Formats: sequence, structure tokens, C-alpha cells
Amino acid sequence: MSGDIDTLTLSAEEAARLLEAHELSGAELFTAYREAIDERDPELHAYLAVCDDPGGHGVPIAVKDVIGTKGVATTAGSKILESYVPVYDATVIARCKAYGLRVLGKTNTDEFAMGSSTENSAFGPTRNPWDPSRVPGGSGGGSAAAVAAGLAPWALGSDTGGSIKQPAALCGNVGLRPTYGTVSRYGVVAFASSLDQVGPVARNVRDCALLYSIISGRDDNDSTTVDVPPVELPAAGDLRGVRIGVPRELNDAEGIEPGVRASVAKALEVAESLGASIEECSLPRSVDYGLACYYLIAPAEASSNLARYDGVRYGLRTSGDDFRSMVMASRHDGLGDEPKRRIMLGTYALSSGYYDAYYGKAQQVRTVIKREHDDAFARFDVLVSPTSPTVAFPIGAKADNPLAMYLSDLLTIPSCMAGLPGLNVPCGLSEGLPVGLQLVGPQFSENTLFRTAHALELALGFDPVPARYRT
Amino acid sequence: MTAVEWEPVIGLEIHVQLKTETKMFCRCANTFGAAANTQTCPVCLAFPGALPVPNRRAIEETIKLGLALDCTIAERAVFHRKNYFYPDLPKAYQISQYDEPLCADGRLTMPLENGDVTVGIVRAHLEEDAAKSMHVAASGRIHGATATLVDFNRGGTPLVEIVTAPDLHDAETAKRFLQLLRQTVVELGLSDAELEKGSMRFDVNVSVRPKGTGELRTRTELKNMNSFAFAAKGIEREIARQVKVYESGGAVEQETLHFDPSHQESPPLRSKEEAQDYRYFPEPDLVPVRPPAELVERLRGQVGELPGARIRRLAGTLSFYDAEVLVTGGLDALWSAVVDAGADPKEAANVLANQFVATGVDPARVDARELAKLVGARAEIPRAAFDAALARVGDDGFRADPHLEQKVVSDAGELDPVIERVIAANPAQADQYRNGKQGLLGFFVGQVMKETGGSADPRVVNERVREKLG
Repeated sequence: MSGDIDTLTLSAEEAARLLEAHELSGAELFTAYREAIDERDPELHAYLAVCDDPGGHGVPIAVKDVIGTKGVATTAGSKILESYVPVYDATVIARCKAYGLRVLGKTNTDEFAMGSSTENSAFGPTRNPWDPSRVPGGSGGGSAAAVAAGLAPWALGSDTGGSIKQPAALCGNVGLRPTYGTVSRYGVVAFASSLDQVGPVARNVRDCALLYSIISGRDDNDSTTVDVPPVELPAAGDLRGVRIGVPRELNDAEGIEPGVRASVAKALEVAESLGASIEECSLPRSVDYGLACYYLIAPAEASSNLARYDGVRYGLRTSGDDFRSMVMASRHDGLGDEPKRRIMLGTYALSSGYYDAYYGKAQQVRTVIKREHDDAFARFDVLVSPTSPTVAFPIGAKADNPLAMYLSDLLTIPSCMAGLPGLNVPCGLSEGLPVGLQLVGPQFSENTLFRTAHALELALGFDPVPARYRT
Repeated sequence: MTAVEWEPVIGLEIHVQLKTETKMFCRCANTFGAAANTQTCPVCLAFPGALPVPNRRAIEETIKLGLALDCTIAERAVFHRKNYFYPDLPKAYQISQYDEPLCADGRLTMPLENGDVTVGIVRAHLEEDAAKSMHVAASGRIHGATATLVDFNRGGTPLVEIVTAPDLHDAETAKRFLQLLRQTVVELGLSDAELEKGSMRFDVNVSVRPKGTGELRTRTELKNMNSFAFAAKGIEREIARQVKVYESGGAVEQETLHFDPSHQESPPLRSKEEAQDYRYFPEPDLVPVRPPAELVERLRGQVGELPGARIRRLAGTLSFYDAEVLVTGGLDALWSAVVDAGADPKEAANVLANQFVATGVDPARVDARELAKLVGARAEIPRAAFDAALARVGDDGFRADPHLEQKVVSDAGELDPVIERVIAANPAQADQYRNGKQGLLGFFVGQVMKETGGSADPRVVNERVREKLG
């Protein structure tokens, strides 16, 4: 009976157990989520499309709409791909299906994953389940809101500069941006190829780790992927021997709200009480230059990646007198302001005469950022900071100020630039809204992040169900 | 003003399509002539999310070519994106190589009659080919076209680009360089390098300078020429044009001259002002290629004696011309085998370089011992019989013996009556000959050959006709 299933609290792990024990049928579970979507999504708009039950007995999953799903429209939140239906599954989708997972639907995203609030979606914003007048973060606001509101047990997101971690922070769920190269990008609409990573969004750390184990690993279709150490589902509740570094610049940055600061400070106290050692450290260049370099590299790659949307083979075509005018008209009509802004920025950064000063220099700084992190990881297992400087902000508050919006990712971008894994775990509330704690580790340290986040999660006792849904 | 002597400066850019089984970055078949758009997939059609995976074989073949061209093989090579919008380029960028190519700094030495000429190889790099666009209009040209149809079968097939230094100074040498390079590529087994199919294409950069100066003046680019002879002609014409421009006090403008619009790779550039900014940057979907030293050494072992070296070796025995024709025609191995089977070296070279080439028979199908017998009997059998035999020398189970039974008639006693008959039948021509029109000798010889069904020995006929008319 789907009426007995509380999708707001049911974990994916528990759902899998119930299915296996035949205490629940696959159809009942799928229906439960469809009913939750029918009930709450008209207000939230987390989904762009909802799928019919493909049958089977696996746990359902929501999928960010930049991830290609065979036979199901994949729009990337853009008008230019509104009519695009992939002929193939992304590798992560193929792996989920092979594991038995069933796609519930496609979740909203900022257009081409460009944004920090999901307001840049061509199909309208998603609202935060904790307070519908506020944004869920972005670009993966749809996946984060769906998981927070019980519209999916877990979801796939994608992260270029914070698009998994920041919405997870604003919606109070666990999100992992994996080490670059551990999860295949094949079939995922590209934004910035050297930064894009697919990752799990879940209601708790164990679910997050389980989903990561399903999607990660070398893929013959993505030559930037590598073999991944076996994933360990975290069980321990202590942090003995874990060395936590607290980068000064990431914790004292201008614009971090006092409530966010307080929650993070409390989480650090708890970590210490669980046996972790806590010590301040410094990542001066990463924070000073990270954002600026990101906004050269990501738009540069985007300007090239988005050039294929020309109206020739798929997607929106606005006709013109010749090839050039057709391409220009199609892109004019099909792309929104933010992609256009970044295409222009990126085209400029790659232009002859400017390449060395912009793109070339940013790549050099990226190496410096990597080295700075490597040095820190000689002394620490995990670096900790707020994920987002603020809690969820009101819809429209930053919509007219791109720079203020870009600053939402100030704290997540440096580790993305270094290709490092980062995980958001909720650590408390500020003004009734979730605060996220960011854990960053060295390459391939996902197991350490899971273990640390799991112990904190147990000790902090954060309730991921938005207050207004609690009965 | 004293007349300036002008020196042409010529550099070449050669594209060779590799005959790997699959395309450069996907697993689609790399074959020529399939129905349009049947050899495509999400990768070579640039569907959202598709990613390139490099073809190992193509990388190895390029390294092999680099070794044959005496290049340094990079320890680290990088693929770059070359960005531009064009209907035949679905990603709107071509994956190519830029400042870190697989092979660089090589040379190809061409033996010529008067000594060797060494042409520098600036680089040899790997890239993907564009698709094929067909501009639908009466003219078949892009200007005035009403529609463009694209066949993506060729899109994403592996292409090696070879860039020479501007070390060539005349059209004929440039043509011979291209022929030698083609033969090198074919022998390495990398490519069919067939100009008609477009599996070998080249662009030529031409400038001229006052002889004796080292300056490099503005060059023009001749694009997409589809034959070696055409290239030589085009180069000569362009040299003459530039000399004329300078001598009339003008300046040569940088421009591209298209010869064949159906092989479009980049949008046409008209002049420097319109030059494309390709916004090259390292392809983030691929990791750098680091060919292991053992691999490079293994590939080095697969490079045999190169055509240039063989021309030089054969030119010790044969005329330079025959040596070059045999080697660049891919006939020297057969020649060696025929000589080993007992044929006279010069005679064998002569037959192969002239008559055999004309038959179109695949040298690989020829039994050298049978061909040697045929070459040895050339003087003893009628010309027609010899030609007929040569045309079938590649047939399965070909035997020379049956073709040798028909002997040439060289007995004067047998030929004289025929000759007398021919002279009697053409009294007017006989008179003209006797009155000094010596050119008519050929007429009489021809008539006799015809009467004897080609079985007469032309040498003897010549002699006898002369005597009978004299």
C-alpha cells in the first residue's frame, strides 16, 4: 500500500531492503513517489518531466536533466534542447539501470548547469522545499529539492563549480562531487569538460556512498575516467585519527553569514569530541584566485561545448537565408542570457592575443591551486568549511546581479578547480534554513569523506525533512 | 633597373586519410562509399554528451610515419580543439593537434638526378576529418547554393597532416616530392593515398623572392588540388602570376585559391583581415598521449627500407628515371624478383616502367618467374602477342610458355614477297619516298606489319623496306 510509505523519511537503503524482503512491491514504491510528486511538485517544480514506471523491483531515482536518458527528453534546462530526445543512455544511467534503479523523472536545472539558483532554467525556477519563496540553489536545484521533499529517495546531479554541493547545502541533503575522473561524463550534456562531474544527491551519507558505488569507475567511452578504489559504506560513529584542517580563507571569507559560521563552528566542536584533530590552515591563492580562474576556464570550455547547438542535427532550428543566419537565429532564440554571457566571456578568453593572458594564465593558476591543496593534504585528511556562504536566498534576490550569484560558489569552486572530491553534509539550521558543511579530501578519498560525514551526521542528528512537511 | 631573378619558395601541407578499421574517436567503420550517413553514431554526429575516445591504431600509424620521416616522436602529445562553425563540422570544433604534435622536426631526402634534396618536415600530426558537404545548386559551388547536404560518414575519420618546411623551389621537384611521400605512406600501409578518392589531399603554399635573399614574402595557398600534374601546373601558374605582380610594382596579397570546392575542410579564407580565429585550446575530453619508448622502438622496427633509399640503390644499376619510376610506382620489388629469376635488369626495368604500368595489373599478383620468361622472350615474339601476354600476367596460374609459341618472323626470304607486294600496291608513295620524302618509310613498315598480322620483326622489315625502295 503506497499510502503507508513515507517518502519524506524513507532512505534508499531501507527501500531496497523492503523491496528485497517483498514487504513492498516495486510498483507500490514507484507509485508512492509519483503521488508525492503529484502532491508537492506543482508548488516546487523540481521535475521537468516525470516517467512512467518501467517495471522492475529497483529503487527509483531522479535524474538531473543534463544527464542523457534514452527515449526521455533531455533539455539541460534550455529551450534549444526542448525537443531533444537522446538515442542513447549516459553511462551513469546505463549503470543505474543495470543495478535495477528506475528513473522517476528528469529534474530542473539552470540552463546548461550554469547558475547557482535554478532560476536560469528556461522552464521556470524550482522552489526550496524548506521555504518556497526561496531558491533551492543550483544548478542542480531540481535534484536537491526532489530529495528534500521526498519526491525521490535519491538523485543524480552534476557539478562543475558547486552544482551538487551548494544545492545540497541549501536543501539540507547529502551531495557528493566525486574526484574528477571517477564518474563517466559520457552522455552528460557538457558545460565545462575539465570540471564537470556527475555525483549522487541523497538523504543520508550511506545512500550517497551506495549511489556513488553504482555510478563510479572507469568507462571505455570516457577516456578521462580511471579505476576507483572499492567504496566502503560507512558504519563507524567516531572520528579517531581523522585530521581535520580548517582553511582560514574558506571559513573567514567575506559574506559568510553569522548563522552559517555558528553551525560550522558547532560541527567542528562535535568532530573534535568524536576524536578528530582540528587545526587551522591556509589556502590563500585558492580562495583569492579560484573564482576568477573558474570564470575564465569554465566559460572558455562552455563556449566550445555549446557551439554544437547550431540547429543542424537536433534541437531548435530557426530558419535563415543561409547556414550562418540559420545558426545565429537558432542560437539567438534557443539560448538564454546566462549561456550567452558565458559564451561571450569564454570566446573572448580563448581569442588570439588574449589566450595567454586569460585562459593560459588561469590554467597556470589552476596548477597552483592543486599544489596548494596537495600541500594541505600532506597534513590533513579532510578540509572543512561552509559549503555556501549563505542559507537559501529569496527567489529573484540575485537574478539581476550575475556577480553576486557567482559568489555563491566562492567556497566550492577551489576544490573543483583542483579536481578534488567534496561532500556536503547538513550541519544545522540558521533562520530555519539548512546550513551545509563542506568536506574536501585528496583525490580518491571518497571513503574518508563518507566516514567523516557519516560520523558527523549521526552525532549532529540533523533532520532532513523540511519543517513544514513534518507531521 | 636590372632584371631580378626570382626564386620560388614552396611549402606543402599534405593530408593523408588513415585506413584504420574505425574512425578516429568512435567505433564507426572507416570505409569509403557506404550510403550517406550510415556510418555514424552519437560521437561523430556530436550528440549532446558524446565523448571522443582516441583510436590507438591511428596513433601508432602516425608514429610509424613520423619515424619514416625521421621525426622526433613526442613523449607527450596533446589534442587541441580548433573551433569554427561549418555544416560539415558537427561539434563546431575539429579535434586536431596544435603546439604539441605527435611528430615534429623531421626530413625526407629525395634522390634526384643531380644529387639529393632534403625537405624538412615541420610536423606530422593526427586529427579528425570533416564530413562531406554537398552544396545543392546548379554550379555545385558554395556561392549561390540553395541548400547544403551533409554526409557524416567521412566525419571523424583519422587524418594525418604533414607540413613541410618551405624547402622546395620549383614545381617539378614539388611534384616529385609528393610522389615520393605518397609511395612512402602507401608502403607503410597507412593509407591508400588515392587522390581520386580524396584519401590524399594537399595544399601548396607559394611565394617568390629575389634569388639570393633569404626573405619570406607573402604567400598564397593553393587548396585541394587533386592530381600531381595539376599541382605542378598550378604552382607554375602561381609563380608566374606573383612574379608579374612584383614586376609591375604591386604586392601579393595573402589569399587562398580553391581548386576543388567539394573537398572543403575549413571555411574559405579570403584575406588576412578575414582570417579565422580558431581559438585553439587543449581538448579537455582527452588526456595527453604519452607513447611508451618500447612502443616507438617496436614501430621503428616495422619501417623497412624507404623508397628514397631504394631509388638511390637502384640508380646504381639502372637509369635514374627507371629507378624512380619503379620505386614510386611500387614496382621495384617485382623488378628485383624478375631479375633474380634471370631477366636482364635493364630490359626488365624497361618493360615494367613502360609497358607493365600501362596494363594496370597489380604487381603483387604477378609470378616473377613467368614474367621473367616473358621479358626474356620479348624480342622473339610479336609485339601484339607480348602485349597480350603482359596484360594477363596477373591472372591466376598464368604461364608464359603458351604465349611464346608465336615466333616473330625475321626471315628476309619470308618477308620480301610481302614487302614487294606492298610497294607495288602503293606506287605513288614509293615515288614520293624516292624523291626524298623519307618520312614515308614508317608508312611502308606499318603496312607490312599489318599484312603479317604483327608477327614480323620490325627491325628486319625496316631494313628490307629501305633496301627495296632504295
